[in-house]
Formats: sequence, structure tokens, C-alpha cells
Amino acid sequence: MQLDYVLELPNDLRAIERSVDYLTDRGSEVGFDSDRLRLNFRVGLTEALANAMLYGNCRDPNKRVRVEAHLTPTEITIQVTDEGRGFDPGTVRDPTLPANRVRPGGRGIFLIRKLMDRVEFNERGNSITMILQSRTETTPNPSAE
Amino acid sequence: MSFDVKKQDDVTIIDVEGQLIVGNRQELKQKVLEELEGGARKFLIDFSSTGYIDSSGLGVLVSLSKKIREQSGELRLANLNEDLRTLFELTKLDTLFHIASDRGEALASF
Repeated sequence: MQLDYVLELPNDLRAIERSVDYLTDRGSEVGFDSDRLRLNFRVGLTEALANAMLYGNCRDPNKRVRVEAHLTPTEITIQVTDEGRGFDPGTVRDPTLPANRVRPGGRGIFLIRKLMDRVEFNERGNSITMILQSRTETTPNPSAE
Repeated sequence: MSFDVKKQDDVTIIDVEGQLIVGNRQELKQKVLEELEGGARKFLIDFSSTGYIDSSGLGVLVSLSKKIREQSGELRLANLNEDLRTLFELTKLDTLFHIASDRGEALASF
């Protein structure tokens, strides 16, 4: 079984929780690993949507966020695209360094990289593709260390 | 999702019900800061009814911790489930907060 969805979201933070819940339920429907749905998928998608709305679309209520999801029992591919100018993911600082740990921000991309199995950005930097594989033994992704 | 605030002796206890994410983090911040301005100095945030926290939620906890310390106050976190503990460990924020296994342990630690 596989499911494909395209969501066009308003640039409204209130849409995040509902969208994440909806796609998490669809992941359950296809039989994807429930542990990884509950933590890795929900947090990773929440971070990507928040980044798109806050930083990509700069809170502009006239812009939208597009979500494309391909769900199977063994793998989920999800792409989040905003209408912004893009950013360079290589410039994001490591929030776990002692000097950065007390700063309130900077953990979104870090958590996505930790929780997803593969993360890619398009050249412009306004679209992130996240791949999460079913795995029953461990939750965080050790290869992302 | 909501934040229930109650007092036990001189400790302000905040229950986080649902998610602590970008959409509601300001509400939590506002409630804690109001209590801080009202003179409260001991805070316990209880996550026993919390589903998940995103980076914005973690960020607001870092910010509140700093503001409480600046007023010579103390903050304890309690009842983090396995997923929440994983998030704190991944971000190394477990080194920044006093995390108690349950409410009783947190209250006894003030």
C-alpha cells in the first residue's frame, strides 16, 4: 500500500499541528513504524513547516507552503517548499556546542538532520526533501552524528 | 493544547497538555513571565500530558530558564517521556536543565 498527498498550506502557524496530525495518521494507515512516526516524523515535519513559514516565507500571510508526501510501509518521502528566496543550510550553526546551547534558536535544522534518515535541499534553498525509513530498533539516526 | 497553572506552596506548577510547538510557545512564555513578574521564583513545568516538543518549544524553555535565573529563581522539568528525553539528549539540553523523573522528585529538589 502506498499513499501520495499534496497539501497547499496557508502561511499560518496554526496550520502546522493539523497538517502534521493528518499526515501522521496517513502514515499509520500505510502501516509505517509507529515509533518513528510519533517522534521522528512529527518533529521533523513540524520543524520543516515552521522554517518554511517563519524564515522562508517570512511570516507573509499571502504566501503558501506546499507539502508533497509519498508514504509506504517502509519509507516516507516528504518535501516542503516555501515561496521564499531560500537559504544556505551550510551556514546553520551547531546548537549543541556549549556556546550555542543557551541560545533560544538554531535547533530546527539540527533536529531534522538528526531525526530523518536523509535530508536534501534544492539549489535555491527553499525546498527540503526528507526521507524517513521504517526501523524498529532505534529512534535517532546514529549516522547523522 | 493548553497550559494549566497552579500553586503548591511557593512552587508554580505548569502542566503542558498536548504539544509545545511554534504555534503555542508564546502562550507558555507569557504565563511564566506573568508569574515571574508577580513574584514567583520556583517553577516546575510538568510534561506528563505532553505529546511532543519542537525546536521552538525547546527554545522557549531555554529562554525562560535564563529569565528565571536572572531573577534568582529556579526551574525544574518533570515527567518527560522517552521521546521528550530523546529530544533533550540530542540537543544536549539535558545538560542545561534540572530534569526530575516525576513531580515529587522535582518538588523535593527546590
